[in-house]
Amino acid sequence: MNKGVFDMAATITIEPKLHKHPTAMEIKRETILQTEDLSIYYGDNQAVKHANLDIEKNAITALIGPSGCGKSTFLRSINRMNDLIPVSWNEGKIMYEGVDILSKNINTIALRKEIGMVFQKPNPFPKSVYNNIAHALRFYGIRKKKQLDEIVEESLRKAALWDEIKDRLHDSALSLSGGQQQRLCIARTLAMEPNVLLLDEPSSALDPISNAKIEELILQLKEDYSIVIVTHNMQQASRISDKTAFFLNGSVIEYGETEKIFTNPDQEKTEDYISGRFG
Amino acid sequence: MENKAALSAGERLIKSKRNRSLGELRGKILVTLCALIMITATVSVTIFLTVKGLQSFLVNHVSPIEFLTSTNWNPLADDPSYGALPFIFGSLAVTFLSALIAAPLGIGGAIFMTEIAPSWGRKVLQPVIELLVGIPSVVYGFIGLTILVPFIREHGTGTGFSILAGTIVLSIMILPTITTIATDAMGALPSSLREGSLALGATRWQTIRKVLLPAALPSLLTAVVLGMARAFGEALAVQMVIGNVRSLPASLLDPSATLTTIITLNMGHTTYGSVENNTLWSMGLILLIISFVFILIVRYLSSRRKI
Amino acid sequence: MNSKVADRIATGVFIAIAFIIVAILAALFSFILFRGVPQISWEFLTTPSSSVRAGGGIRDQLFNSIYILFITMLITVPLGVCGGIYMAEYAKPGKVTNFIRSCIEMLASLPSIVVGMFGLLVFVNTTGWGYTIIGGALALTIFNIPVMVRVSEDAIRSVPAEMKEASLALGITHWHTIKTVLIPSAFPGILTGAILASGRVFGEAAALLFTAGLSTPRLDYLDLNPFSETSPLNIFRPAETLAVHIWAVNTNGIMPDIREIANGSSAVLVLAVLIFNLLARWLGSAVHKKMTAGK
Repeated sequence: MNKGVFDMAATITIEPKLHKHPTAMEIKRETILQTEDLSIYYGDNQAVKHANLDIEKNAITALIGPSGCGKSTFLRSINRMNDLIPVSWNEGKIMYEGVDILSKNINTIALRKEIGMVFQKPNPFPKSVYNNIAHALRFYGIRKKKQLDEIVEESLRKAALWDEIKDRLHDSALSLSGGQQQRLCIARTLAMEPNVLLLDEPSSALDPISNAKIEELILQLKEDYSIVIVTHNMQQASRISDKTAFFLNGSVIEYGETEKIFTNPDQEKTEDYISGRFG
Repeated sequence: MENKAALSAGERLIKSKRNRSLGELRGKILVTLCALIMITATVSVTIFLTVKGLQSFLVNHVSPIEFLTSTNWNPLADDPSYGALPFIFGSLAVTFLSALIAAPLGIGGAIFMTEIAPSWGRKVLQPVIELLVGIPSVVYGFIGLTILVPFIREHGTGTGFSILAGTIVLSIMILPTITTIATDAMGALPSSLREGSLALGATRWQTIRKVLLPAALPSLLTAVVLGMARAFGEALAVQMVIGNVRSLPASLLDPSATLTTIITLNMGHTTYGSVENNTLWSMGLILLIISFVFILIVRYLSSRRKI
Repeated sequence: MNSKVADRIATGVFIAIAFIIVAILAALFSFILFRGVPQISWEFLTTPSSSVRAGGGIRDQLFNSIYILFITMLITVPLGVCGGIYMAEYAKPGKVTNFIRSCIEMLASLPSIVVGMFGLLVFVNTTGWGYTIIGGALALTIFNIPVMVRVSEDAIRSVPAEMKEASLALGITHWHTIKTVLIPSAFPGILTGAILASGRVFGEAAALLFTAGLSTPRLDYLDLNPFSETSPLNIFRPAETLAVHIWAVNTNGIMPDIREIANGSSAVLVLAVLIFNLLARWLGSAVHKKMTAGK
């Protein structure tokens, strides 16, 4: 399958392209993350209710649903970013390569390096483009300039940003456009060689052209990474994802192949949401 | 990063000696240590000054009742007496009088900045207030000494060293404290209060008097109390203009003394460990206790603010 | 009708109050500067003071003030920034944190004369050091630390949460995030606060009377051995600062030119505080601009 051509088609077409995975139904991919009866609370308020999802390796899983449905909370629990919120706590498990990553004895630092995250609002450090990527590498002991140079270039290439800004590596990252900043944030996450990429509405703050570039990039990254993306934009979910989970009031209403969810959902609520009757 | 593939997920992700971060631990210990130093400093200030301040009563058997209620301070007499009331009175007098002058000015300035001329008023008055805070207290004392004292001498009775001079110097010193906090308090009022009242046809002054001032009252009182705390603890500026006599003043133009001024003057002149010296430490203890009391009042006021 | 008149009168009163406040500042500054600046000369700044003759300068006092300020900040800034980090990043809401907050509040509200008394008790008598620069600096540390903690905590808290999340999500430890992301972003705020605090320390006298003392030994400015008795760098020598000098000259000076010396010293002190103030504003915004350049 010629992936490049395929991606171009996906980004140019604005209409949901529903038959882009002709073999989707037959493919049985490996599972990389498995949530078992996962509930997440903020104080007394239950934000995610008994979620059971198998997230597949080298696939794009989209989490959709109206605001406040728990999809971002779910995403942030996968690399324990919810730990930053003092009132949050959880029940259930998230199994990752045979380990429950919600367990108390998990080294969250090592976990977050393997399960990287990109946020809704581009948040580059107020440093140069180069140092935005080198920042974490230096922390992990890579200090040789040659090696740093190589990883910076490689990550920027992977994030499809190298050609645009290779002459501006030492400019402030804040001088880049919003779309470039977001791809830089993706690049610096890729530099850590994660296995899983969590994307929290990565293009919702961007203009349509930047959005298209980010989507194109995500499709390319699927080959090497397992990706979970939260999105408000149903077209985006249908364009890029392999599997889709529909969240409502903290519960997973329906989870399955994207094509099925968007053409022939089992649940009435899913259909109502997809067809824009609420949300 | 390189050996990722070689290790199992459990080895990589479960906390162990191999993947623990010493930097994190060291950093946490370092900042916790700093927090402990602050606790230690506070506790040792309290303990040292309390122990030392009680010595005059416990070791030298000065009567605490006499100390607090007698107006006779005569430590050098054959039958020495240690009545600190004139100084306690002096401290309270200058504190309340200066608050009486500074509170209307400070709150008025705050209203000017928030209600009358919010744009340019703030631009002019804010830096003025900040500069007033910055002037060292000895400079206030020196100016009081060279302008205020001669002025009072020429236009009143006596030497000019007086409660009045001390009060004026202190009110200028605490004015910025009161103005700053009062401005924050007025600025924090929701603008719906203002608009609601004005929409009902009230004038600006009616709005300020009947709506804004009552709403901001606890915070404004906090401002005044913090100003008073500063006035109560101020030493050198007052000492330079108040005259430092040990009798109770009969009028505003009479010289007087406060707890801080007596400590300032006599701490260096008395023998460490003597009875007179120990009574100075007792006065220091009173200062410490009163500054606790001011904190408690501020706490009480801020708890009322939330309701 | 009546209420309109009342409104106008009230407005007039508020304008008058604002005018009075501005007038007070203007009067104070013009008094200090007009009377004091003519006294300031190179000679005044570089001649040692004399306790009996006219024509003494403020060389040693000026040096002492700067040196004590320097040592105080050397102790306070690291302590205060670490304390601020603890309060902003590590303190969990609860009894311990409330207690530490009360401690900071208490230290902040201590009258400076009480701080001086504590210094006398601990750093002068208990240690047996006598009046020393280090004793003065430690007393000023107690006086200054709550300010530095508050400034650092506020500056760290005002760094956008996204910065911290970005770093943590890359698998970087909390401490390394603090060191390399939060502190650099909070730096302009901490710097501004530290300079303003310096102005306060520079003008403080009451806490130093009984800790650094009212005298300065004969100093040899060519002697840079910090352990030598006559070295200005010796931290175990008494040191009268400029602010203390103004007080001492006015209270028990016997030289014939008290007024001139006090005028000149006050002007130097006020100018120094003014410079600290302007420097804080200018440096803070300049550093901030440089760090966020391109936005």
